[in-house]
Amino acid sequence: MNEGRKEILQIIFILTGLVFLVKLFSIQVLDNKYAELADSNAIMREVEYPFRGLIYDRNNKLIVYNTPEFDINVIRNDIKDFDSAKFCEVFQMSREELRKKFREMRERQEYSPYKPTLFIDRLSNLEFAKVQDHLDEFPGLYVQARTTRSYTTAALANALGYVSEISKSKLEKDETKIYRQGDYIGQSGIESFYEEQLRGKRGVKFKLRNVRGIEKGSFKDGEYDTLSVPGQDLVSSIDIDLQQYGELLMKGKSGSIVAIEPGSGEILSLVSGPSYDPNLLTGRNYSSNFVLISNDTMKPLFTRPLMAQYRPGSIFKIAQAMTALQEGVIKPETRIYCDRSIISCHGNHTNEDLRGAIENSCNPYFHGVLRRMLNKGISEDPYEDTRIGLEEWNKHIRSFGFGSNLGVDLPNEKGGLIPNVAYYDRAYNNRPWKFSNIYSIAIGEGENLVVPIQMANFTAIVANRGFYYIPHLIKSIGGKGPLPQYKEKQFTTIDPAYFDVAVDAMEQVVESGTGQYRAKLQDIIVCGKTGTVQNDPLPAHSVFIAFAPKDNPKIAVSVYVEDAGQGARAAASIASLMIEKYLIGETKRPHIEQYVLNGQFLY
Amino acid sequence: MRKGADIYGKLDWPTIFIYMALVILGWFNIYAAVYDETVNQSIWDLSLNSGRQLIFIAASVVIIMGVIIIDMRFYEAFAYVAFGIIILLLILVPIIGKEVGGNKAWLGIGSFGVQPSEFAKFITALAAAKMIGSVGFKMDNLRNQVMLFGLVGLPMVLILLQKDTGTALVFTSFIFVFFREGMSPFLMIVGICAAFIFILTLLIPNQLYLHGAILIILALLIIFGKKKLKRISALVVGAIIVMGVIESVDYVITDVLKPHQQNRIKALINPDADPLGYGWNVTQSKIAIGSGGFFGKGFLKGTQTKFDFVPEQSTDFIFCTIGEEWGWLGSFVVVVLFMALLLRVIFIAERQKSRFARAYGYGVVSIFFFHFAVNIGMTIGLFPVIGIPLPFFSYGGSALWGFTVLLFILLKLDAHRGQVLQRL
Repeated sequence: MNEGRKEILQIIFILTGLVFLVKLFSIQVLDNKYAELADSNAIMREVEYPFRGLIYDRNNKLIVYNTPEFDINVIRNDIKDFDSAKFCEVFQMSREELRKKFREMRERQEYSPYKPTLFIDRLSNLEFAKVQDHLDEFPGLYVQARTTRSYTTAALANALGYVSEISKSKLEKDETKIYRQGDYIGQSGIESFYEEQLRGKRGVKFKLRNVRGIEKGSFKDGEYDTLSVPGQDLVSSIDIDLQQYGELLMKGKSGSIVAIEPGSGEILSLVSGPSYDPNLLTGRNYSSNFVLISNDTMKPLFTRPLMAQYRPGSIFKIAQAMTALQEGVIKPETRIYCDRSIISCHGNHTNEDLRGAIENSCNPYFHGVLRRMLNKGISEDPYEDTRIGLEEWNKHIRSFGFGSNLGVDLPNEKGGLIPNVAYYDRAYNNRPWKFSNIYSIAIGEGENLVVPIQMANFTAIVANRGFYYIPHLIKSIGGKGPLPQYKEKQFTTIDPAYFDVAVDAMEQVVESGTGQYRAKLQDIIVCGKTGTVQNDPLPAHSVFIAFAPKDNPKIAVSVYVEDAGQGARAAASIASLMIEKYLIGETKRPHIEQYVLNGQFLY
Repeated sequence: MRKGADIYGKLDWPTIFIYMALVILGWFNIYAAVYDETVNQSIWDLSLNSGRQLIFIAASVVIIMGVIIIDMRFYEAFAYVAFGIIILLLILVPIIGKEVGGNKAWLGIGSFGVQPSEFAKFITALAAAKMIGSVGFKMDNLRNQVMLFGLVGLPMVLILLQKDTGTALVFTSFIFVFFREGMSPFLMIVGICAAFIFILTLLIPNQLYLHGAILIILALLIIFGKKKLKRISALVVGAIIVMGVIESVDYVITDVLKPHQQNRIKALINPDADPLGYGWNVTQSKIAIGSGGFFGKGFLKGTQTKFDFVPEQSTDFIFCTIGEEWGWLGSFVVVVLFMALLLRVIFIAERQKSRFARAYGYGVVSIFFFHFAVNIGMTIGLFPVIGIPLPFFSYGGSALWGFTVLLFILLKLDAHRGQVLQRL
């Protein structure tokens, strides 16, 4: 009755063996997927992170450097006899925090109980030293070292920017395929603009590793390995002492200071007030600090010198004057009656020439100047005539670097606005407009918008008598000078000869005009111009531009202090103190310094 | 009965050669699995699993001598006594045993531990063979069936209580012995069908399709078969039972099985669903074997097994090392060696003159087959992960000794098969 049963069992056994051999053949020989998976499993492409380039100031003082920081990773399945009380004590966290950490870890997308998962990130050197000796008491914890940025001073945060983990959206957009998840990248300021130079070149080492990522020797004796190349060091044009002084002066105020070396376009200081301590955006507390800083209603992350757009105010009259001279509609001797029925004015002057008009900031004078420029009688139609004149005017004003991005070596620069025909056509919805509709641009009000760095650059143009270099923060990359565009002289459309009258007038402003009380220095001839930019209903912005010395100028400054009233007060004081600090090294006018430091200019 | 050197001439040397080949290959692979290039220890190093395995192999030689020297009648005579002792030990293990790897399955003797469950296999095979071989035993007698199932079921349940599901499942392989010795094939078919339906239910998420298919088959059977009332009612009852099983599978999966057991089944069906979690073992094991290619990466050149990507790489997942380092050729050799062993043991069992020896022979082949099929099946993703060793390859003294004794008792019985006639 049991016949054939032996054979049935034999067939079952043989079939099983055959099924195995076929299945093995399919996964081993036919399917290459597994071999590739094995390589990505065991051959670790270990990136050797290069040192990010250092940043120095113009006097070779170190500003930004690297310090090590440590991530603690966990392999869940390697954790044994976890003493949570001890852990909380060593890492100084509460039980609740620890539970939260574990929860966060499990929720990570790449989480696997078999592989290292980020547990505690960005421990500083000091924090790590405290826990280092205890790490062997917690099996399953692994350390990963990398570097973070550190700053020698609390200054220059807005210009420097910060470095943090690359965002997911940026990672997806990155076509160079240089970055990987978790990599650090410059997020704003110099760190972002010069990312390519600073990051250096990463080396790659192919290593064999076990499941915990622990190294098990090199792959093919390092045949495919490359060495890392450290990032290039940057020398900034910033004078860090001047920068710190500027930030001190801006304390408690909202606004900006931009100082430029006219002969080179190098930015000596770039103060944005209020600012923040760049050390807050490094290390372990990056995220929480970032939230605090970015939610601050005073917007410390907003780089005012490049991004805040203001109406230029009276200082714009100098540009008007230069343009009018170039167009030949006035001469330096031209006098225009101060007719206050058209537009208000101040002081007790009545009939000034150009120099006097600049010195006294005569509004009716420049109203008249602009009328001559826009209505030259080329066309008999006053509307058409204004259109022709405005295009000419716009061309000249833009040649001072107004109305579009200068091309500063920082991200997010704003261009301001210099209106042209197309602009007014849009604004008036194609209804006709003429000079009488748009005359407020004559005195730097109306539709004009400039950013502080453009005003500083404009000051440098006057100081240079007609040319400029694009303002820039980095004067040397890896010892090889600045980027090529910063070595090209830029010319305005104005004949250099016309600038002397502006320089003389600006000298008079400080010598005997609106700037005489707070901008005048003892041994140095300062040329300046005040501006009081209407900001109804709030108090006006206090504005001052200045350069010094008059001959062979070394520094050109623009100062904006928001809501601080007349330009002759806060802005003129700060500008002159900056000049004094840079040229002499200290102020000889402590009362002016005290005036700035104690004055309440923030409303 | 003649004793002495003569006995060695009567042993079945082909089996012994296969045995030696498997043991030696196993030893090399254990070394490969634990080999660490940076430390560069030798295969003899006693701090490595390979060094210790060599001691286990040496001890096996002593054990083989013992098995052969002992009078062949002893095995049949003392089968029940040994069975009683092993049952006692299995009861004691949860009480006085020591815990290794989460299972309390070990009895400590000094620094060495042994697993009674490994020895329970051959002792149960002996006891079951003795029962089958006893005078008047009939496989189709219900009373005898109950006794036999009880005999096999008792150690199985005790081992289940130790939470060693894998080893407990080995005892289900005795179904082959019962089948060979005359049990109605109905049980085996029902078992296979149940397993088939179980897996089908898991694979097809919408059970309505399954129910529909069953109803169609039922209708076809009724229409085209003999239209006897008894047959039709049997078919309908059968269909209802099958549909019940399908409904219960879902319940079993979600409510009865523990999460890690559910995961093992899920991993079998779709290891890619969670390759870092429950699919890890199967995924990594397949990667290791699959990366071996046709010729393999070469001895000690494997990366997956060596660097711990594969768990338990010197015990339950030892086949990964073979697959990775020796490729399909090496796997072919190992599979063929096992097939040769199985077929040779069937051949030996069939030439026995006593029912006891034949039943025991089938016990041996059933146990080997179950281990071979389930172990290799799980490493290549054909079976759920069940932690049982690959005979002679997996590291471990108890397992090696258990399998050695299992095989050599048969060879001892075989060597004396001529005497059985004389005695009868």
